[in-house]
Amino acid sequence: MKLTTTKRLERLHDRYVNGDLSRRTFLSLTAAAAASAGLSMPWMSRALAAVEQVRFDGWGGTVQDAIDKFAFQPYTAKTKIKVVQGTFGDEDEIITKIKTAKPGDYQVIHSSGVNYYIKYVNGGLTSEINEANIPNMVNVLQPMIEPFRKLTPKLSAVPYDYGTTGIAYNTKVISPEEAKEKGAALLLDKKYAGKVGGYSDMTTRVWYAALATGQDPNNLKDMDTIWAKVRETRDLAKKFWSSGAELMDLLSKGEIVVTDAWSGRVAALQDQGHPIGYLDPAGSYAWMEDMLILKGSPMAECEELINFMLDPATSIAVAEGQSYPPSLDPNRVKLTDKIAKLPAFDPTGTMKALTFADPTYWATNEDAWTKQWNRISKGA
Amino acid sequence: MNNRWTLYDPRLAWMLVAPVLLLLIFFLVLPIAVMAAYTFFTFVTAGVETSALTTANWQEFFTDSYYSGFLLKTLRVGAITALLCGVLGYFPAYFIWATSFRHKWLLLLLLIVPFWISFTIRTFSWINILGEQGVINVALLKMGIINAPLPMLYNEGAVILGLLHFLLPYMILNVYVSLEGIDRTLISAARSMGCTSAQAFREVTLPLSLPGLAAGLLLCFVLAAGSYVTPQLLGSGRDALFGNLIYDTIMSELNWPMGATLSIVLFLLLGFFAAIYTRYMGMSQIVKGLGG
Repeated sequence: MKLTTTKRLERLHDRYVNGDLSRRTFLSLTAAAAASAGLSMPWMSRALAAVEQVRFDGWGGTVQDAIDKFAFQPYTAKTKIKVVQGTFGDEDEIITKIKTAKPGDYQVIHSSGVNYYIKYVNGGLTSEINEANIPNMVNVLQPMIEPFRKLTPKLSAVPYDYGTTGIAYNTKVISPEEAKEKGAALLLDKKYAGKVGGYSDMTTRVWYAALATGQDPNNLKDMDTIWAKVRETRDLAKKFWSSGAELMDLLSKGEIVVTDAWSGRVAALQDQGHPIGYLDPAGSYAWMEDMLILKGSPMAECEELINFMLDPATSIAVAEGQSYPPSLDPNRVKLTDKIAKLPAFDPTGTMKALTFADPTYWATNEDAWTKQWNRISKGA
Repeated sequence: MNNRWTLYDPRLAWMLVAPVLLLLIFFLVLPIAVMAAYTFFTFVTAGVETSALTTANWQEFFTDSYYSGFLLKTLRVGAITALLCGVLGYFPAYFIWATSFRHKWLLLLLLIVPFWISFTIRTFSWINILGEQGVINVALLKMGIINAPLPMLYNEGAVILGLLHFLLPYMILNVYVSLEGIDRTLISAARSMGCTSAQAFREVTLPLSLPGLAAGLLLCFVLAAGSYVTPQLLGSGRDALFGNLIYDTIMSELNWPMGATLSIVLFLLLGFFAAIYTRYMGMSQIVKGLGG
């Protein structure tokens, strides 16, 4: 799609209104654009085509490969706007980088839902999306948008996909029947001491400890019991992994035989023929991911990119590639059979079958619990 | 007044030294000063801090045994690694120095070849060697020597092994440079006066190469105690070093004031050890060992 001068001017105006352009720059570029209506100079085209690329940072691996192949490459072919990509293993890592960079250095983040959204909001890192520029948002599940809107009525992020952190197990060692019978308790089974893994993340550890102690993960009553269970898993664990790549490596090499795991990464391993089973025990930890636009980003281009990514054809292709269901409402958009078979997929579109973390509750306890988890993970 | 430049003019010396001095001020002293200031900032919530001054971070460090425990452990692992590097690194250095092999440069080149590969990849390679599906376990299992894989990965031993892999070339090069500085006629003199080869080594070569060994020990200790990638990849959570605590505090808890406090503590402690070491070993000896 070749951008028209009118559209470029609209983008410039949006960026100025959002505070992404100084008044002086805005006026200079507008004057250049106005002049170009009757008089064209070489430098004017450069001024009007100021945004030639958008920066995106995501989780790398199979997930980002799918986004790149099915969304970014077609987007670049269509608009000539390049998507420069970076990766991170842990979202706190990218938040640290964003904090030390100047606004605009990082632009679009494949973020881990509402829990992390709060961190960006608290840090003053969020932008304000003009939803009119993302018409494909009408297809996005409202139950996924609502939690974000509760935090900021003017959104800075658009939900893009969702999944669960369930239990993955090596089917050569653990039968599906045993896995189904024991569920989350597999992570605490002494029979597998030294062969247990887990995500090195406070929320996941506390969540599974809550399931093991029969507590509601969104309303924990007895934290001492929770931490005792977290220690129990730690003592049985061989390694707490810290990225999707490490998870896949540990599982595929047989270093661990049972772990909590991201549904999409397990599906990717299954596709590769590894003997890995997956189940979502009752109360399994569900999460959503979103495309978040940071403050200082070229808003119009970022919104255009997200709109392109939400186009049903693109979104479905990405979902199939990354093995995570899309945020598209199955009542509005016909999804494929492959997506319907993905772990965590909710055919009703209500998301009521999935248990998400209550963002306000978890945000209130995040600092203290992260600190405690970091200590426990190191043997305390 | 004579304004002409002379060869040893102090103004010329300052001009020559100024670029390096400025680089040091802007890229070393200033960042450390900023970090030191950060230790007095107030942590509000993950990723948010205010410049309201407080000593809370320092109080937490001094009153919480969690930090001192990890500090002692880090010093222990650093010391063990440095000593092992000394023992294991001296012999290859001596061999390279003593060999009559015509292409000695080739041996030195082999020493630095590992640096051509990314440090992270070199560290990761140990997972394929020590892991349950790694070369050693698979070979031992196939030969029937063991029935179950040996737990060689994700423990302190694996961390020290990874650090040795990383630091040995530094030790070997330091000792080699020191050995190269020895006047070989001294050894011939010792032999001509009745010393055996072993005695000549003990009485002449070893004492004269000690500055290099000392410099290597200091370098290996400081680098090992400050490392965090190796324990992260090859160790379990329990095998974390102080650097991992800093990483977690800054990257996971997003608590920069406390992370800065821990960083300054490690910086001061390693600086203190370096100062004590050079005080008793003599800075001139260390510099000599480093090839000065």
